[in-house]
Amino acid sequence: MNRGMNHTRESGPDLATAAIALLHRDLTLAWRRIGDAMNPLLFFAMVALVFPLAVTPEPEFLQKLAPGILWVAALLASLIGLSALFAPDFQDGTLEQQVLSPLPLSFIALIRVIGHWLSTGLPLVVLTPVIALLLGFPAQSLPALLLLLLLGTLFFSLLGAIGAALTVSLRSSGLLLPVLILPLAVPVLIFGARGSQMAMAGEWPAGPVYMLGFLLLLAASLGPLAMAGALRISLD
Amino acid sequence: MQTQSLSDPAPLLQVDQLEIWRGEHRLVHDLSFFARPGDIIHLKGPNGSGKTSLLRCLAGLSLPDAGTIHWFGQPYANRVGPEARARCRFVGHLDGLKAGLDVRENLRSLQALNGATGNIDGALAAAGLSSRATVLAQHLSAGQRRRAALARLHLGSADAWLLDEPFTALDVEAVAQVGTWIADQVIAGGIVILTTHQALPAHLKAQEINLGGNA
Repeated sequence: MNRGMNHTRESGPDLATAAIALLHRDLTLAWRRIGDAMNPLLFFAMVALVFPLAVTPEPEFLQKLAPGILWVAALLASLIGLSALFAPDFQDGTLEQQVLSPLPLSFIALIRVIGHWLSTGLPLVVLTPVIALLLGFPAQSLPALLLLLLLGTLFFSLLGAIGAALTVSLRSSGLLLPVLILPLAVPVLIFGARGSQMAMAGEWPAGPVYMLGFLLLLAASLGPLAMAGALRISLD
Repeated sequence: MQTQSLSDPAPLLQVDQLEIWRGEHRLVHDLSFFARPGDIIHLKGPNGSGKTSLLRCLAGLSLPDAGTIHWFGQPYANRVGPEARARCRFVGHLDGLKAGLDVRENLRSLQALNGATGNIDGALAAAGLSSRATVLAQHLSAGQRRRAALARLHLGSADAWLLDEPFTALDVEAVAQVGTWIADQVIAGGIVILTTHQALPAHLKAQEINLGGNA
């Protein structure tokens, strides 16, 4: 045995180091199961591209529908990967270790949501220019559109994570999760789609951007506390 | 009781009149005990008698229905505080390993969570997993997974070890090995609280707490 036991109190874990280690862990896992991680992205692209075929590919008509199609596809795609956020950790016991860590559980939850967004939400935002141009968005509307979607997908991840934390111990959370999340996602859907319409018309969507920013801050500050509480209850 | 602990008789863990219910069953009733530095506490009882529930309760994963728990002299009302959590290590039924990460990566992420300073190679060597460091956890045998789970006891030091059936799936050699770890832990003034249906290695002097079955 080569361990020396000393009873000097170890200094608490460094938040930045822990955050990097958690992100590294989650992104490594996502990378090794890249097929699963790409599911939401694939879904997003398919919905957005199949829609014009079913309705009509006429540009004037498509332009009216495009903002709505894009946001509905983004919302539904965000919901798809959510059950993979906390449930696997619950099943293999790593969630127990996270709860027992001296770090605040809300901090761990926030970092894990960011990791989840980096592997599902960010690729979606990156793919958006291609989809948007195909749906008839003018090129000069793209910066505003990307900003709106950046804020919106982060919000969907944070909100969805609360639902994922609440349903983590349920065996079949498949249907419950969207039912729980969708009503609360509606404001972002409305403001996001309206902002995208404005961007398409050549206006800068200041109002919707502020609104989404405000909702995102609200979700980022209160969401992790709700997730921590929900995770603790689920483990009890 | 060992050398340095005599100068500090204050219990690290004190449990008073604890009561735990699981659904309709009262598993633990009016349980009081304490653990001083150097103590091994062996929770005994048939399946379903509440050993795991008690251990999870002590770790702070669940709340008792009545009674109080003091860790390191501090009471905890709702949950075990961060200082106490930093001084405890819990190895439960679940191994707490990600199947998609190799053994070293698993230990590294646990180390970051605990803020432990201990070195990973040392922990791997102690657990006899040095040659398996880069094998994904999903490719390990049950016994190797258990070793990897127990290896985190060697990531830095902790005053209290809470072990739920630590010997499950371990071979004879590894059981003896873990027995030595436990002996070293209490000699250094720590405490170990464990459940097991196997006989403890003979050199370990444990206090036994019997959880008698369903009340």
